[in-house]
Amino acid sequence: MTEAVPSQPDPASTVSRRITGFAAHLRLNGFRLGLSESRAALALVDHLGTDRPAACRLGLKVLLCSGAEDWNRFDDLFEAYWTRRGKTRDRISQADTRHVSDVRPAVWREHFGEKAKASGGTLDRASDGEPDDDDPGVGAKSRLVASRQDTIRRTDLRHLSDPDEIAEAERVALRLARALRYRLSRRYRLERRPTRIDLRRTIRANLSRGGDPVTLIGRGRPSRPVEIVLFVDVSGSMQPYTRFFLQFVAGLVGAWPKSDAYLFHTRLVRVTEAVRERDPLKAMAKLALVAGGIGGGTRLGDSLARFNDMYAKSAINSRTVFVVFSDGYDTGSPDRLARELARLKTRVRRLIWLNPLIGWKDYEPVTAAMAACLPHIDRFATAHTLDALAALETEWAAL
Amino acid sequence: MTDQTSPSDKASLADRLAETGYIVDDTLAMALRLAIDLDRPLLLEGEAGVGKTEIARALATCLDTRLIRLQCYEGLDANAAIYEWNYQRQLLAIKAHEGDETDPDALETHIFSDRYLLKRPLLQAISEETAPVLLIDEIDRADEEFEAYLLEILADFQVTVPELGTIEAVTIPRVILTSNGTRALSDALRRRCLYAYVEFPDADREAAIIRARLPSIDESLAGQVARFVQALRKEDLEKVPGIAETLDWCAALMGLGVGRLDQDPEAVHQSLICLLKTEHDQKAVPPEIAARLVGQAA
Repeated sequence: MTEAVPSQPDPASTVSRRITGFAAHLRLNGFRLGLSESRAALALVDHLGTDRPAACRLGLKVLLCSGAEDWNRFDDLFEAYWTRRGKTRDRISQADTRHVSDVRPAVWREHFGEKAKASGGTLDRASDGEPDDDDPGVGAKSRLVASRQDTIRRTDLRHLSDPDEIAEAERVALRLARALRYRLSRRYRLERRPTRIDLRRTIRANLSRGGDPVTLIGRGRPSRPVEIVLFVDVSGSMQPYTRFFLQFVAGLVGAWPKSDAYLFHTRLVRVTEAVRERDPLKAMAKLALVAGGIGGGTRLGDSLARFNDMYAKSAINSRTVFVVFSDGYDTGSPDRLARELARLKTRVRRLIWLNPLIGWKDYEPVTAAMAACLPHIDRFATAHTLDALAALETEWAAL
Repeated sequence: MTDQTSPSDKASLADRLAETGYIVDDTLAMALRLAIDLDRPLLLEGEAGVGKTEIARALATCLDTRLIRLQCYEGLDANAAIYEWNYQRQLLAIKAHEGDETDPDALETHIFSDRYLLKRPLLQAISEETAPVLLIDEIDRADEEFEAYLLEILADFQVTVPELGTIEAVTIPRVILTSNGTRALSDALRRRCLYAYVEFPDADREAAIIRARLPSIDESLAGQVARFVQALRKEDLEKVPGIAETLDWCAALMGLGVGRLDQDPEAVHQSLICLLKTEHDQKAVPPEIAARLVGQAA
């Protein structure tokens, strides 16, 4: 069918050119189409007949879309191409990229500088030359990265002022997060033991004994990996800690496939894709929304409500570990916060709240918001030093 | 087969689906038509309750063929999806041959023969005489590894059993996959499939669905119910009522003897439990709101 198209008289070849052009148009707008799709589109139009444009349109939609996002945009793009109404190419996203790259906040700039370096190779590994780093599970039982950075790891992050120290601490945060993933994923493979008998192998192994199951062959299913959702407060009160948490988030989300990250201040933004994005420019475009509000006020209750309404269905399930990084200073109503947290609690496996203030001397969770939250939290822990972050590992590995 | 491949047959496919009680819109009709014509799997996405699973059932009925359903879940593996040996019978067979000096090799060939093979949905689907409809439900619940394996089967339509060799497809099943979007599917799978996003029907179509499923319902009640449910879906609910819930509610209203929604507000409000399935949602629609929605619908 397809091969016949070029050899057909003029109208057909015009059609085929237009169809190929349409496929190219969609491709420019982010549709994932290969040559085979273009060919299939030609065959399809041939099959349905060019005299039935409405049917062709529906058919092309079914054939060329591959997800809900494509599906919603297809009609506009179709109009644009075939009737020359509206824009012919959707340039908005590219324009955005350029615009926001100028306004990115310092925290993210450094964050992405670091990420680019780290993803370029084993740079951070080579530079500190620690044998431990390659296999954190061996030898160090409770510590992931036993190192000369021990002092930094125990210092309250708020007190770090020397730029070199800060940079060092950020690197440690990133590496901790990666090491965490390493241990978590290795752990379940090491601990797997047979939970049921594999009848197939058992029968096979015992054929020579007349089928009497003498040698039992077992089979175990590796435990399912924990899913982690990180919910990070980037408001003004958290500022001294934000950059370290972001490093930690970047490391963990980049390395742990079943993780998801959200930042909030007065708004809530999902940043998982942005953090995983290798191209810093594109990542910045995705972060444009949150960038403006870093260092502003907090609406914890509203952000949680938005999470519950919009993301919860697909983002969490009964084995999710939900981690909130926040100091609990909230400008919204404590009742609402407690209500949303209770709603969330029923849907996750474990709710961990990391509050850097706990590390302070004489801290009591007396703010109304924090007090309202406490009954719903499984574990309320500090996160003011890198050691405290590393301690999460035991928490997660136990699940 | 021949009558199904003519392009003008699209309308009649929609009509034939309507006869089975499934009312499709143009897009979905086209998607099903193409899935049949081009022999490609069809991936359906959409909110829970829009009738994705039901499409496969209706299609099977209207093509007059079997529906084979594979419900996906996390940890679904080849044993549950493709084939499994019948170990109990194998053990019995081994015992039965214990005394009679059978050659062990022959015994092995015997117990790993077709007789002892339990066909699971995927193998079943490719060994039917007439092409069945294969429904792979909630593919997003299965692991990524399974998705990759499925892709291979959808490409070749053959299954390799180590003890038996490769089993070729007798017929190519019509494959319908559904997904609720709890995880992102791989691009490879999406590219392999035709795609349609199924939305909740509009009020007219929903009324038509109600009439098709509950022929004894009063015409105006069906219209009222459809409009009420449409309005209800716009409220702030945790779980939006699906078409099955609408049908349940209609049946409940008919059972309660409600002829018009505005005639018996109390019965309407009490029977809303058919539509609202969480505590939050039931609290979100107190009698006043229900009355307002009834007003809109009537």
